[in-house]
Amino acid sequence: MRIEGRGIRVRYAGAKRLPLDGVDLDVPDGELYAVVGPNGSGKSTLLKALLGVVPLESGTVTLDGRAVGDWSRSELARHVGVVAQSESVSFPLTVREMVGMGRYPHLGALQAEGPRDRDAVDQALEQADVTDLDARDVTTLSGGELQRVRIARALAQEPRALLLDEPTSSLDVRHEMAILELLRAWADEGMTVLVVTHGLNLAARFADRVLLLSRGSVAAQGPPAKVFTAEVLEAVYRWPVAVHSDDREGVPTIRALRAGEVGRPR
Amino acid sequence: MKRTALAVVLVALLAVAVLLGVRFGSVPLSTGEALRALTGGGEATHRTIVLELRLPRVLLGVLVGGGLALAGATFQAILRNPLAEPYILGISGGASVGAVLVLTLGLAGSGSWVLPLAAFAGALLAIGLVFRVAIASGRSMDVRVLLLAGVVVGAFFSACIAFILSVSEARTIQSAVLWIMGSLAGTSWRDVTLAAVYSLPAAAVLLTLARPLNALAIGEETAQYLGTDVERVKRIALAVAALLTAAGVAVAGVIGFVGLVVPHAIRLLVGSDHRVLLPLSFLAGAAFLTLADLLARLALAPTEIPIGVITAFVGVPFFLLLLRRSMTR
Repeated sequence: MRIEGRGIRVRYAGAKRLPLDGVDLDVPDGELYAVVGPNGSGKSTLLKALLGVVPLESGTVTLDGRAVGDWSRSELARHVGVVAQSESVSFPLTVREMVGMGRYPHLGALQAEGPRDRDAVDQALEQADVTDLDARDVTTLSGGELQRVRIARALAQEPRALLLDEPTSSLDVRHEMAILELLRAWADEGMTVLVVTHGLNLAARFADRVLLLSRGSVAAQGPPAKVFTAEVLEAVYRWPVAVHSDDREGVPTIRALRAGEVGRPR
Repeated sequence: MKRTALAVVLVALLAVAVLLGVRFGSVPLSTGEALRALTGGGEATHRTIVLELRLPRVLLGVLVGGGLALAGATFQAILRNPLAEPYILGISGGASVGAVLVLTLGLAGSGSWVLPLAAFAGALLAIGLVFRVAIASGRSMDVRVLLLAGVVVGAFFSACIAFILSVSEARTIQSAVLWIMGSLAGTSWRDVTLAAVYSLPAAAVLLTLARPLNALAIGEETAQYLGTDVERVKRIALAVAALLTAAGVAVAGVIGFVGLVVPHAIRLLVGSDHRVLLPLSFLAGAAFLTLADLLARLALAPTEIPIGVITAFVGVPFFLLLLRRSMTR
């Protein structure tokens, strides 16, 4: 699915600064696209704007060429899976029930789940490595386990595009890498994957292209090697960094510097 | 399997509760006599007692108890608050003001429909007020505002009741307090019809919303991403649950505890999938209130205990036990 935004502007009631002030982006099928930027730079708002859950002051968002507002919520949910930044589980549910919610957009109000739905859930559980947890109560899971269950739920939607807001922020190295390898593999199979992340090095290693946001505007956009330069990152994050790209594939490695390291030759 | 078993147990319990409800009373009947009267046979006096006096009362208990439990489960899901219950939006307060006004002004004698109508009008007033506040703050409805508005409106109506009672005569105060504590006494078939016309379609609507309620219970943003039309579901479910509650309060007074405890008890037993939780809550609420009414009639016969007292006396220890069991499991 092609996700396209033109001149996206968003205003929150009572806020002086626009959280998004003229953002353009164009993510084609099969691309892993990372959105990075400092806290409060508008990453999550951009994701919500692309999904039509915050109103645009101006600009357009189209999904496969159709304005996002023209998609009904259930239609959108059949094509786009989302892992939002957080959610609160107030009542006990099993992992399987939670992942099974990914099938809701595919089912009529009184239609029961069929074998097709059970297969999709089984597969999603397996891909997110939570099959062993399927009978557990979600309120008893660790942060990382819950995160993988939420990713499994989005997968159970069998989406053509996947949008994730800091999906690996509470995961250990193994699961962080596993999830990103998975996202990479899906993108290679043609899925559009947009991921908001603070992990600059992850973005550099896995993403085809990166969007660097700064105070609601695009600071840089393009392949990681072009976007992640020390000059740009220092200006946006207002912190000294060193960028090495001695990697064979030219992947930049970003290191934030300690006070004593500043000024030494990079 | 566990769910099917619980459903079977609850249906059997409800059937037993209904049978006990028509069997026991000031005129004792045997089970056989009660059953014969129910099927239109037996002695004429038994038929009158069972079909005209006891059955309407029992059926009203079924409808009100089931309705309150269903409304409670719905409020808990949409407000994402385990403390939510059917009266949380000030519905009971509004209904009580209507009823107490009628009793104080001595209008109750002018027709048996006056009191329930006034109570229903009061409940609608409360619902209208609370919804107005929550929706006025933007185009979408903020459930936190709704919850706060409900609590505040409820407090206001409590003050109204206190004021009205403070200028009323002692006898009026007693009948008002008894009404507020809830009773199924003197139920006619007309009350049952009224409650059924309201409760059954409302219950059917809520049952079709089980999946959206599951999604909403994990948060409005995620519910949208799972294809839920959040604003529509919130409005329909809240309005239907509120009307269901209002109808129950209008015909039976403020029967507390059923709407809070029954959904939690079912949740502890079979989890929070609303496709199971909603129907089982209805069954359990219906059986619970029917049995509570039986106790209300028999425990201190010929005096009747307010049914709200029974639901709390029986419900609290049961619920605490269940809570403790779930904690130690």
